[in-house]
Amino acid sequence: MADIISPLPGIFYRKPAPDKEPFASEGDRIEAGQAIGMVEIMKQFSEVRSEVSGTLERFAVEDAGAVNPGDVIAVVAEQ
Amino acid sequence: MTFEKLLVANRGEIAVRIIRTARELGLRTVLAASEPDATSYAAELADEVEVIGPAAAGKSYLNTEAVLGAATATGCDAVHPGYGFLSENAGFARAVADAGMIWIGPAAGAIELMGDKSRARQAAEDAGVPTFRGSHGSLSPDNDAAAIAEEVGYPLVVKASAGGGGRGIRLVTGPEELESTLGMARAEAQGAFGDASVYLEQFVSAARHVEVQILGDGEHVIHLGDRDCSLQRRQQKVVEEAPAPGLPEAVRTKILSSSIELGKLCSYSGLGTVEFLYDPESHEAAFIEMNTRLQVEHPVTEMITGLDLVREQILVARDGRLRLTQQDITFSGHAFEFRVNAEDPTNNFMPSPGTLSRLDWPGGPGIRVDSGVVAGSVVAPFYDSLLAKLIVWDSRREDTITRSLRALGELRIEGVKTTLPLLQAVLSRTEVRNAEHSTKFIESTPDLLGVSS
Repeated sequence: MADIISPLPGIFYRKPAPDKEPFASEGDRIEAGQAIGMVEIMKQFSEVRSEVSGTLERFAVEDAGAVNPGDVIAVVAEQ
Repeated sequence: MTFEKLLVANRGEIAVRIIRTARELGLRTVLAASEPDATSYAAELADEVEVIGPAAAGKSYLNTEAVLGAATATGCDAVHPGYGFLSENAGFARAVADAGMIWIGPAAGAIELMGDKSRARQAAEDAGVPTFRGSHGSLSPDNDAAAIAEEVGYPLVVKASAGGGGRGIRLVTGPEELESTLGMARAEAQGAFGDASVYLEQFVSAARHVEVQILGDGEHVIHLGDRDCSLQRRQQKVVEEAPAPGLPEAVRTKILSSSIELGKLCSYSGLGTVEFLYDPESHEAAFIEMNTRLQVEHPVTEMITGLDLVREQILVARDGRLRLTQQDITFSGHAFEFRVNAEDPTNNFMPSPGTLSRLDWPGGPGIRVDSGVVAGSVVAPFYDSLLAKLIVWDSRREDTITRSLRALGELRIEGVKTTLPLLQAVLSRTEVRNAEHSTKFIESTPDLLGVSS
């Protein structure tokens, strides 16, 4: 298992825009470097990427939830 | 209509600003705050605080049901939206009025008209406001875009009708790019704004941003002078001043009088700002858009007119009529506003949240501070990085610059990085002292982007 950590404080979003499809869903196959969401800090957006390939096991933060640096955002089962 | 209790549907410095005037008017205030803002400086100043949701603005400050619910639950009879968030949301303005409360702003119809940038441009033309050459309204699919573009002339810009604030604009340098850029612009506009309509407008390379403050009661409209907001970065204003320097009197007279005509044409009530681009080469000013709300930079107008714009805005919403005429408005001196943002200018303006361990504001004659924070405040990562505005007045522009540099030198903020070094560097430039800068000045001057403290 590999944790995807938030590098920044802010708000975590699973979708690029409210009316768009999520970056990824639980159970999806994820490739290393793939974006699984984004963090908004003071109106600036940064994508959050997985460092490993595998299956997205679960999100640890709800959509539009507040995050701190070092918080686990999601867990990936490496494959 | 009278009212006693005002919901402040905003946060930070503008919430503080509104609470102050409301208190002077004898109104009770309720601050609609997100969970992390429930202990903010604005929350301390308000008579009551009503929590409207979690940190994410979409679930709190932009949640119309939650904000309206806070107003009714606390017995408010008026709502002030500030700027940003719900301030230009016509549906929300209508919902407030439908709930029997007073909306501190223009009627929903005026917000809608000015929110549609191609309709707004047409209204400006109808009112005699100078506009750049462009398509009349949105391009319809059966318009001959190429012929219209030839008339406008290249280079030109494609603008999203639902855009504004610098968003949804694409440059076309020649006819060979027109069709593909139009396609991309329509797709982008659909994605970003849910509305694919676009229009064409002449491109101006080195312009200044000049704007006119108006105040109306639906029948009478007056102007409160002009401002220059050319010092921008990423389409965000950094420093503003009033009056606009270096504007020929004929241009000033034209934009002031035609802004009043535009206000009258749309039966405008409350505060509004008509924005122009001014081309110092051709001495042409032309309409960009109209903002139907209180503006961040309203204090520079207050400093040169001696008025409290928020008070006039609230009174006209309450009484339905202006208590001022154009003859009552007089101008004195020159004012600058400096936006102090929690961003690191030495690191590409990276946002810098944190706790303010030290905060010493400057003082002395002609100095005003509109702040949303005090020493010890937590600067949350969830919202705009604007901490406070330093506003400086003196009798002449050059004296105001001298006084501003003195005041910026006294400012001490520790605990977060701020844009203070950028503000000092900008004000020290001869281009700015001589008012020769365009809206591209900061971004095209590498010395300013890598400033170190």
